[in-house]
Amino acid sequence: MKNILPILTVLLVIVAVWYAAAIKMNAPWTYAQAERAGTEVTFSEVVRDTLAQERPVLPAPHQVAQELWDTTVMKKVTSKRSLVFHGWVTLSATMLGFAIGTTAGILLAIGITHNRAMELGVMPWAIASQTIPILAIAPMIIVVLNSMGISGLIPKSIIAAYLSFFPVAVGMVKGLRAPDAMQLDLMRTYSASDAQTFWKLRLPSSMPYLFASLKVGVAASLVGTIVAELPSGATRGLGARLLSGSYYGQTIQIWSALFAAALLAASLVIIVGVIEKITLRRMGMAV
Amino acid sequence: MKKPVIDASGVNLTFQTKDAPVHALKDVNLQIDKGDFVSFIGPSGCGKTTLLRCIAALETPTGGSLTVNGLSPDEARKARSYGYVFQAAGLYPWRTIEKNIKLPLEIMGYPKAEMDERVKRVLDLVDLSGFGKKFPWQLSGGMQQRASIARALAFDADILLMDEPFGALDEIVRDKLNEELLKLWDRTGKTICFVTHSIPEAVYLSTKIVVMSPRPGRITDVIESPLPRERPLEIRDTPEFIEIAHRVREGLREGHNA
Ligand SMILES: Nc1ncnc2c1ncn2[C@@H]1O[C@H](COP(=O)(O)OP(=O)(O)O)[C@@H](O)[C@H]1O
Ligand SMILES: [Mg+2]
Repeated sequence: MKNILPILTVLLVIVAVWYAAAIKMNAPWTYAQAERAGTEVTFSEVVRDTLAQERPVLPAPHQVAQELWDTTVMKKVTSKRSLVFHGWVTLSATMLGFAIGTTAGILLAIGITHNRAMELGVMPWAIASQTIPILAIAPMIIVVLNSMGISGLIPKSIIAAYLSFFPVAVGMVKGLRAPDAMQLDLMRTYSASDAQTFWKLRLPSSMPYLFASLKVGVAASLVGTIVAELPSGATRGLGARLLSGSYYGQTIQIWSALFAAALLAASLVIIVGVIEKITLRRMGMAV
Repeated sequence: MKKPVIDASGVNLTFQTKDAPVHALKDVNLQIDKGDFVSFIGPSGCGKTTLLRCIAALETPTGGSLTVNGLSPDEARKARSYGYVFQAAGLYPWRTIEKNIKLPLEIMGYPKAEMDERVKRVLDLVDLSGFGKKFPWQLSGGMQQRASIARALAFDADILLMDEPFGALDEIVRDKLNEELLKLWDRTGKTICFVTHSIPEAVYLSTKIVVMSPRPGRITDVIESPLPRERPLEIRDTPEFIEIAHRVREGLREGHNA
């Protein structure tokens, strides 16, 4: 409970700054309106107006909260205007992509730790793949796959996988190499096979590293999915919500989609963290 | 004639390092008989660990011949001839004490029922019954080291190789473990090779003390102990004990000056 106070304080400061910024950034429009109508506005009228515009430059916190409430709790989840619906579209592609990326990352790491040729042959490509900006490559993947008749979930998942496999692979290589010389020598004194050393030593040693990179990977997957929802005129998903919001100047919609994405990311990272805690505790590695 | 369990003749080992080759073992000749308790003592860098690792086939000598139970070290390892105890207990933190002791048994493919029975027996042997379900971090350093000895005893190797197993422990715990180790040696009849840099520890434990000196690593003296097998801790105050300790000290000093 002791750490609630600082968190609340920071939150309060952020909200206060946000309100101040909203007033300042939305005020020009209020003044312009008043000028056109030929009326004078008092300061309290400006404040009231800037916090209640329909298309503000920066929506006020309560407007975003209201929009979030309206588009989640108050809408049927099957409705196209429900954020739960769009969130689910994004989440399902994220999870599929994350699963593919994690599997690929782990397999790559196993290959690299057991085969020097693979380390030299594959690792540079894996690193190179990460230097290509996702924003550049995502539309190409979508377009190419679309022309092959593949659309919807799969292309988005591939981009999500593309972003998550690398942190998982890097973390897992580090984890599989974590056992020290003495632990490996112990295995040698038993004449243990490579497979036995892998299952009984390398894999358990890698668990803390794996979970650390899963947290990075799951967030990266979500970003990948949202980016993949931006081009190609997608109509479903949080990314599509962001884009259509910006087409029509619906700043409140953009911000609420942004918050939904952030909440989703935070929840995913927290869930991975909980699984991590449970797993490591059962392994006796966390108190 | 009885064949030695470990037979080294003219063993040499030179490590090729980036700057200069390191002559870690030079012309090592040594016979160890079944049931011997042999201590290797000498200043650090004299090749004690390297010699033990050669016996365990973790290093390969660059010259000479070395047999373990009449086999090459590699074959001897495959025949499960030895258990190795490292300086640190090196228990796997994700395994309970019981599961740690089962590790070699799992790798060697023992049946489940026999594993349980063996775990119970060696836990008894090192006085850790009732701690099987604990995780390593729940045990003191001395208890962890006992568990690692139990792990090396779990399969029927007749040789026990120990590299400064009590080096990191305080003297009181060390005394107790030394006493227990002697009892265990007496009960099991194993051949033990024990690396240490403590003179009293070497004299107290051993039937044979191998004194080594560095640069290049070599044996300078081999002392057959006249002490009886039965050794209470008080034996360390007897004239015989002090005399052997003196001879070891002299051997170490000579090696140092040479
Ligand atoms: N893997 C290795 N590569 C190079 N030099 C080594 C290696 N292992 C040990 N040495 C060197 O061999 C010598 C003997 O080492 P070691 O057997 O560990 O001595 P001790 O156990 O008696 O302290 C030391 O000079 C050490 O630096
Ligand atoms: Mg050493």
